[in-house]
Amino acid sequence: MANRRLAPPDQQPKEFSFTAENAAWAKQQIAKYPAGRQQSAIIPLLWRAQEQNGGWLPEAAIRLVSEMLGMAHIRALEVATFYTMFLLEPCGKKAHIQVCGTTPCVLRGAEAILDVCKKRIHHDPGHVSADGDFSWEEVECLGACVNAPMVLIWSDTYEDLTAESFEKLLDEFAAGRKPKPGPQIDRQLSAPVGGATTLKSVKA
Amino acid sequence: MLDDKDRIFKNLYGQGDWGLEGARKRGAWDNTKAILDKGREVIVNEVKASGLRGRGGAGFPTGVKWSFMPKAVGDRPHYLVVNADESEPGTCKDREIMRNDPHLLVEGCLIAGRAMDCRSGYIYVRGEFIRERERLQAAVDQAYEAKLIGKDNIHGYDFDLYVHHGAGAYICGEEMALLESLEGKKGQPRLKPPFPANMGLYGCPTTVNNVESIAVVPDIMRRGATWFAGIGRPNNTGTKLFCISGHVERPCTVEEAMGIPVRELIDTHCGGVRGGWGNLLAIIPGGSSMPVIPAHQCDELKMDFDGCAALKSSLGTAAVIVMDKSTDIIRAFARIAYFYKHESCGQCTPCREGMGWMWRVLTRMADGRAQKREIDMLFDVTKQIEGHTICAFGDGAAWPVQGLIRHFRPEIERRIDEYTRNADRHAVRVAAE
Repeated sequence: MANRRLAPPDQQPKEFSFTAENAAWAKQQIAKYPAGRQQSAIIPLLWRAQEQNGGWLPEAAIRLVSEMLGMAHIRALEVATFYTMFLLEPCGKKAHIQVCGTTPCVLRGAEAILDVCKKRIHHDPGHVSADGDFSWEEVECLGACVNAPMVLIWSDTYEDLTAESFEKLLDEFAAGRKPKPGPQIDRQLSAPVGGATTLKSVKA
Repeated sequence: MLDDKDRIFKNLYGQGDWGLEGARKRGAWDNTKAILDKGREVIVNEVKASGLRGRGGAGFPTGVKWSFMPKAVGDRPHYLVVNADESEPGTCKDREIMRNDPHLLVEGCLIAGRAMDCRSGYIYVRGEFIRERERLQAAVDQAYEAKLIGKDNIHGYDFDLYVHHGAGAYICGEEMALLESLEGKKGQPRLKPPFPANMGLYGCPTTVNNVESIAVVPDIMRRGATWFAGIGRPNNTGTKLFCISGHVERPCTVEEAMGIPVRELIDTHCGGVRGGWGNLLAIIPGGSSMPVIPAHQCDELKMDFDGCAALKSSLGTAAVIVMDKSTDIIRAFARIAYFYKHESCGQCTPCREGMGWMWRVLTRMADGRAQKREIDMLFDVTKQIEGHTICAFGDGAAWPVQGLIRHFRPEIERRIDEYTRNADRHAVRVAAE
């Protein structure tokens, strides 16, 4: 279990409301579930709130979502603290880096990626860098093990990394650009490097 | 090697069009109505006859699972729930299905829905698969637009399909936790019984299936159960997506026949173990929950349910994690133990307390800072966790530690000896200075 708490009050915005677009989207989400089961939509709604809020989830947003879904506030808090993708404290503005540190990635060199994070961003996970642009954390298996080591930044994965290519990736983010996601070496997604050993007779 | 014509996932690497048009060219959505019109009994019996066993880890026969659903729809609707919460370390097969061939899954959901009289289905995608989720949603939208699913579709069987997602909890891959999460709660598993086929999502009859199990169903129905059953060996039939990660020359995901020898799998598709077969230390055959198999047993290992069980391990999700002789095996397992500590939902005491305890002891053992009697104590604790929790998470966390002790006890002891020896030398030097 992970011990997770909300950010201290001085970091919390007083209010949160969905943009008109997101509010309309939220309505569609709620309609996916049977009548009276609108609570099912809590994870998608909290996630959208987190995206709208620049990557972290403030207490006001949790309260708003619980009211939208007719739930007790504490039930929504339970969900927000249980699921580790909800960041409860502010993160870097340009990139929040989630480094997979589970065994398959470690076997391929994830520790070198973590070292870069410690050196360039902050010694400890969960802290924002001095310029406020970056933050990092070590996460559990992200499900791209044949492309290890890898990181997840916002919505995209960056795979087949080395310390050097990861540094370059950070440079790109620092310059405000968005690097190309996926494998950072010459490789077709999860096919072996150098070309697939199968499906040669199947026309694309 | 499996012939290309026997492959189900023809766009595994995303080399072609993932969309409806591309999927149709590869044979999906071809006269699906004829399959649906065969009716419930025929579809279930065909899947049973194919010998398809669940691809999510437990290997329960899919057709048999489907037959547990009530025969007639009463006042509670039936639900199909697809488990796309792929989080087992080493596993990355469903990801490829969702992003590169999502229509196989969408069509499979419709057929599986027909086989259990479900009028709606939910696909629960893990939170981290954001792009995969978007792709899957796009495929579902295409299917709605082409009237392949939804109300008044061209197949004459109303079926709604929704994509739902989680937010980073491994435990939600456990079916009861998944249902809790889908209902908008913390993902803490419910006790069984009642089983989902009786009391599942929203208290209604529900069947939870893995992505790959569902995605292969259209092909089974088109090509026939005998075709599927003819691949592999009895009780372990069909094709399977294998993800080979770790210390191989070229890690990859590949579809192969069940029962392929692990050495052939690695040599053919991954360019062999790093440094050659002789440099192999051990493999984990089915995701991190499964006991490790040392190199000397790997020569004879066939990658299917019975093959792995014969070596006291399990096929699991067929995620092969390869470790060569440079691996610090104890540290590797300490990291796996940390994973389970982090992902325990905290509901049952043996798991919540036991995971952290195992991780701390293994971390000490990796340094050699332990007593030899603690090895037996650790084994004993894993036995106290296994089978004493609500869900199988406790078992899945205990097995890898048991496997480590079973096969690498001498290494743990050697490290303890070495630490003790160094400690003495250190003490003498300090005293002499």
